[in-house]
Amino acid sequence: MSAGPGGAKLLVMTARTAARALRRNRLRSGLTMLGMIIGVASVIAMVSVGAGADRFVQQQLASFGTNIVMVIPGAVTSGGARSGWGGASTLTVADADALARVPELAAVTYSRRQVLQVIYGSANWSTVVQGVTDEFERVRDWQVASGGFFGERHEKSGAKVAVLGQTVARHLFGPGQDPVGAIVRIKNVPFKVIGVLAAKGQSSWGQDQDDVVMIPFSTAERRVMGAGILGTVEMIYASARTTADLPVAADAIATVLRQQHHIGHGQEDDFTVRTLEDMTGASAAASEVMGNLLLAIASISLLVGGIGIMNILLVSVTERTREIGLRMAVGAKARHILLQFLTEAAVLSMTGGLVGVATGLAATHLIGRLAQWPTALEPASLAASFLFSGVVGIFFGYYPAYKASRLDPIEALRWE
Amino acid sequence: MAAAAGGAPLIETVGLARRYALGDATVHALVDATLRIDAGELVAIVGPSGSGKSTLMNLLGCLDRPTAGVYRLDGREVGGLDGDARAEIRNRRIGFVFQSFNLLARTTALENVELPLYYGPLPLAEQRPRAEAALARVGIAHRAHHVPSRMSGGEQQRVAIARALVGDPALVLADEPTGNLDSRTSGEIMTMLVELNRATGVTMVIVTHDPEVAAATDRVLEFRDGRIVADTPAAPRHGARTRATRAEA
Ligand SMILES: Nc1ncnc2c1ncn2[C@@H]1O[C@H](COP(=O)(O)OP(=O)(O)O)[C@@H](O)[C@H]1O
Ligand SMILES: [Mg+2]
Repeated sequence: MSAGPGGAKLLVMTARTAARALRRNRLRSGLTMLGMIIGVASVIAMVSVGAGADRFVQQQLASFGTNIVMVIPGAVTSGGARSGWGGASTLTVADADALARVPELAAVTYSRRQVLQVIYGSANWSTVVQGVTDEFERVRDWQVASGGFFGERHEKSGAKVAVLGQTVARHLFGPGQDPVGAIVRIKNVPFKVIGVLAAKGQSSWGQDQDDVVMIPFSTAERRVMGAGILGTVEMIYASARTTADLPVAADAIATVLRQQHHIGHGQEDDFTVRTLEDMTGASAAASEVMGNLLLAIASISLLVGGIGIMNILLVSVTERTREIGLRMAVGAKARHILLQFLTEAAVLSMTGGLVGVATGLAATHLIGRLAQWPTALEPASLAASFLFSGVVGIFFGYYPAYKASRLDPIEALRWE
Repeated sequence: MAAAAGGAPLIETVGLARRYALGDATVHALVDATLRIDAGELVAIVGPSGSGKSTLMNLLGCLDRPTAGVYRLDGREVGGLDGDARAEIRNRRIGFVFQSFNLLARTTALENVELPLYYGPLPLAEQRPRAEAALARVGIAHRAHHVPSRMSGGEQQRVAIARALVGDPALVLADEPTGNLDSRTSGEIMTMLVELNRATGVTMVIVTHDPEVAAATDRVLEFRDGRIVADTPAAPRHGARTRATRAEA
């Protein structure tokens, strides 16, 4: 372009010409855009599914308690199945006490659980009764909605107190009825309800986390869950001081437990240390497969879309040979012609991109609705895929545009 | 407009030649054309088909490059310039009128006339008034928003002449401008071209088969087999009268 304002002017004229040329062949332009539309829509659906899975995992981590490490009895074999499950637990209260002295850990608690009937008046509900220590509230970062959690003195004295999950409270008590202060019966033992837990919702493996009753571990061991050896626990939960400490904390736990259990060098652990990230990994992997599938569709569609644009531009250059010759005769330079067809390619592909963004948004909505897949929209990915559609258009439009710009004006004017 | 005092050469060619390679054979489309055209002249080129008229027009219009010889426009050697430089000269100094009009069929007359301005230095806001003025000058302002496909041949050629004039060129090259028109319309178009030359002093070269058309001009160049075989000035008209008319304008 001639220096100065000429460039801007030419760009305006060129964009206008391009828009007009494409409008003249609406159907052709629309069909050409189809590849672009599908490609961009797939990119957006892909990113949304990926981001949704990420956010879901983050939510799970947050809902379970941040920085949490779990220890379960038995080893995990290479296939992922656990050995030693069903036999007597290898974890003990003494193990947990030993872990409480590990400096990387902020808090340690342990639990046993059993599915039992909880009775209030004439109402009864089968739920998971979990014996935990008073540290549980801190480790899992789980507040009470009303009343309070039990404390060290309840644990020491084996007090018959219970904290209900929201689901249990809802099933045993009518609306407007305050469970706090009521007496419920578990295995015929009367428990005084001292608190109701805040709602947690579903866990990543689809369990209702609020369908639970918490009682002090000592009470559970002595009064409710008679079977089993005294002093064994089913699970130890510990929280690392910070997220960054998690790997170190997990290592420290393993070291302490190997000492506790007298496991020598090269011998297999009889316990498994897991962070929540390990456990949410499975669902993340599933959405990664979905994401890769969409990526493949997106790549192929963008490629096909790009070739479609190239094809249609080659046709257009041939059809408009005389016009090109005339433009050259009245002063268009090679780069003006190049710019004109590149602009047409960009307008074509970016219009397709725009429709693709809209389609992608709709597809994301549908995936969320129908497949119950968690999705999250990322504005940056919308903008990026839109711009990328322009890049694809310009890339594939370059050859036809270059061809047009190299035409000889005399021959082009003579074209029939 | 060319700041041409009478007699200043706008075009000078020396030994200009254009050869085409056709397989093993060589076509000598233009041979040793030496010629001078002064600013403000109205020149007709006649000759049988295939005698090299269009070849010369393409060279004069900087659409083509000579195989040999020199071409000076405004005293500047332009025969060897690259594509961009020639495009710029076409845009600023030259207007074309074609036999087949070469209008964009689905674009309005006004926008067709604006086309050369896209590629020139004129600011966007000044393009429309310029194009409107050019259409008015060829007497077709009322058709500004019509598309060429709805126009008669005569109207289309007027639009094309407006397009040739819109950039205020020094030279208008018309290659058989009336070749696709009936005789009455041809007369109108020719009268218009002659009047434009008289009124604005724009140098004009017109290729024609029509002896009447040729008679209306100042000077006739006759071609045969790629050579200029006759250069007949219409002496009493040339020079003084052209300048006088321009002074009135
Ligand atoms: N691109 C070309 N390739 C080969 N020969 C050409 C080409 N253009 C013109 N010619 C030849 O050059 C000669 C002059 O052509 P032209 O200038 O078009 O004649 P005119 O305009 O007088 O009818 C003719 O013999 C024609 O066939
Ligand atoms: Mg010819």
